[in-house]
Amino acid sequence: MTDGIGQTTGAPADKRATPAASTDPDALRISHIAKRFGAVIALRDVNLHVGQGEILGLIGDNGAGKSTLIKIMTGFQPPDAGTITVNGQEVRLRSVEYARSLGIETVYQDLALVNELSVYHNLFLKRELTYAPLPFLNNRAMRKKARESLDAMGINIPSVDVEVAKLSGGQRQAIAIARAISSNAQILLLDEPLAAMGAKEGALILDLIRRLKGTGVSVIMIGHNYAQVLEVCDRVCLLQQGKITLDKPVAGDMLTELNEIVMREYRTAATQH
Amino acid sequence: MTDDAISRAQGPGAGGPAPAGGAMASARAIGGTVFRFILRQREVSVAVIAVALIVYFQSSNNVFLSIPNLQTLGQYIAATAIIAAGEVMLLICGEIDLSVGNVYALAPFIMYLATLNGFPLVVGIIFGLAVSAGVGLINGLVTVYLKVPSFITTLGTLFILNGITLEISGAFPAITPETTPKATQFAQFMGHGAYAEIIWAVIIIAIMQIILNYTRWGLHTVAAGGNPLGASEVGVNVNRIKIVNFMLTSLFGGLAGTLEAFRITSIDPLAGGTDIMFAAVAGAVIGGTALLGGSGTVVGALLGVLVISILKDGFTILGVNAFEFDLILGAAILVAMIFNVRLQLLRKAGRQ
Repeated sequence: MTDGIGQTTGAPADKRATPAASTDPDALRISHIAKRFGAVIALRDVNLHVGQGEILGLIGDNGAGKSTLIKIMTGFQPPDAGTITVNGQEVRLRSVEYARSLGIETVYQDLALVNELSVYHNLFLKRELTYAPLPFLNNRAMRKKARESLDAMGINIPSVDVEVAKLSGGQRQAIAIARAISSNAQILLLDEPLAAMGAKEGALILDLIRRLKGTGVSVIMIGHNYAQVLEVCDRVCLLQQGKITLDKPVAGDMLTELNEIVMREYRTAATQH
Repeated sequence: MTDDAISRAQGPGAGGPAPAGGAMASARAIGGTVFRFILRQREVSVAVIAVALIVYFQSSNNVFLSIPNLQTLGQYIAATAIIAAGEVMLLICGEIDLSVGNVYALAPFIMYLATLNGFPLVVGIIFGLAVSAGVGLINGLVTVYLKVPSFITTLGTLFILNGITLEISGAFPAITPETTPKATQFAQFMGHGAYAEIIWAVIIIAIMQIILNYTRWGLHTVAAGGNPLGASEVGVNVNRIKIVNFMLTSLFGGLAGTLEAFRITSIDPLAGGTDIMFAAVAGAVIGGTALLGGSGTVVGALLGVLVISILKDGFTILGVNAFEFDLILGAAILVAMIFNVRLQLLRKAGRQ
């Protein structure tokens, strides 16, 4: 069962509009974002962008402002200042629903899956297929489509009928990602997608994220394990004390560089005590 | 890989190479398959208990399976099962209604008062049911929007409803319209007929099981109980699900009380109450519904109610002393439940 996510790479199903060529604006760009809670400054002048089909890693220590930044990007919280553009259009993300309608989907750590429901019911939750005009669920069609879309993404679940509770953490994460993708996500925010996962399981999820690349979906992967982030991302942003302090394409010896930056931060913090 | 996946999907648990053993091995395999089937369906283990009890009581006294006693049994079951059908939906979405037994007492009085004031009986019944649904609406709104746990909300309405029923009835029973001296056809239909109430119960349970298994409403009810936060993140309107299920439970409580009033031809202000409510909740739980939400079946609740009713009826036939009755009933419920939990653990282990 550890081969949860198979090696069938193949061309992922291409149901979504592929972005047009070169002149494309960034999928998501946030400029000069600031947010404070009372006396606490969570974010100060944050600039971040993710290109079409790009996988961006956003890393930072606990308390660096990552979760505030996610909440702003998903429309859960408005920023105090700054602008957000989606595909070149300035937008005000006034609600999670609105952000979602723009194709911004988030897969949270706590996973919005319902353990008691089957894999295919989870994949279709709130978008169920029915024998319209009759109100009955078309389970057969949902099963079939679930199987197809999981296969297309190379996610290998023994049976789509199995209750999600019976799956491993990696398989559940894969299904949560699959659901976001099949609900037409254009910009996928993955909040610590490898948290609490063994190395082998984590590798399968990384593989899945890598495969998303070919589909034109832009991904922002939030994490604090640099090695994992560097493994799949095209570019990395480091968030430190509410500011982006590094924004670089992933290249050769980045792990050492990041480690040094963070060690420096710890040392400064230690001397200030 | 796909073929592999499909074959695994078709034969869960049957994995592993089948040893080319003799007849012994294949007999054991068949036995194992039957055993696994019993384990897989959570209703089946309750049904097994019910059948065992029937066998026991019938062998102790062969009156048990006689037509008159089956009618009595049907009457025991019907009202409680109708309430349980609503209560299951509520339990699955993570809530509970303790007040439903008092809606049961109130609804027929509303009907009675309406007819006293010159309304036709049908209108009276509709008034009674509307008030019932209204009580459910209040239970739901207070629970969902004022964030009072439903256990507390419905404990409050339980007493309020009891007070209202006693107030408007003057604590005196009333005679159900159209039932005396001879019941009209309408009264027969509304529960007076020998099998009317049990037919209502079976139809309601069938409809609710279909709603639970085969409609979006049922799916969202499970989602609302299983992972409320996750379900609402996906866009399921958890509040609406809960409120409507509260209304449904109350409505069924009122309907059960009304049917019962027609059956026994009088309306008792102290009918139902916590007795019938607990019987319904116990039936649901015995039938495999999780008290914490996320899973359960309506048919299971019917079987649970059946088990409780068989115990009650069987002990009465055996002539168990009334003082010992509750003692034995309680112990029997515990034993049945311990057995059921063991079976569930086995079932879980069997799935992995």
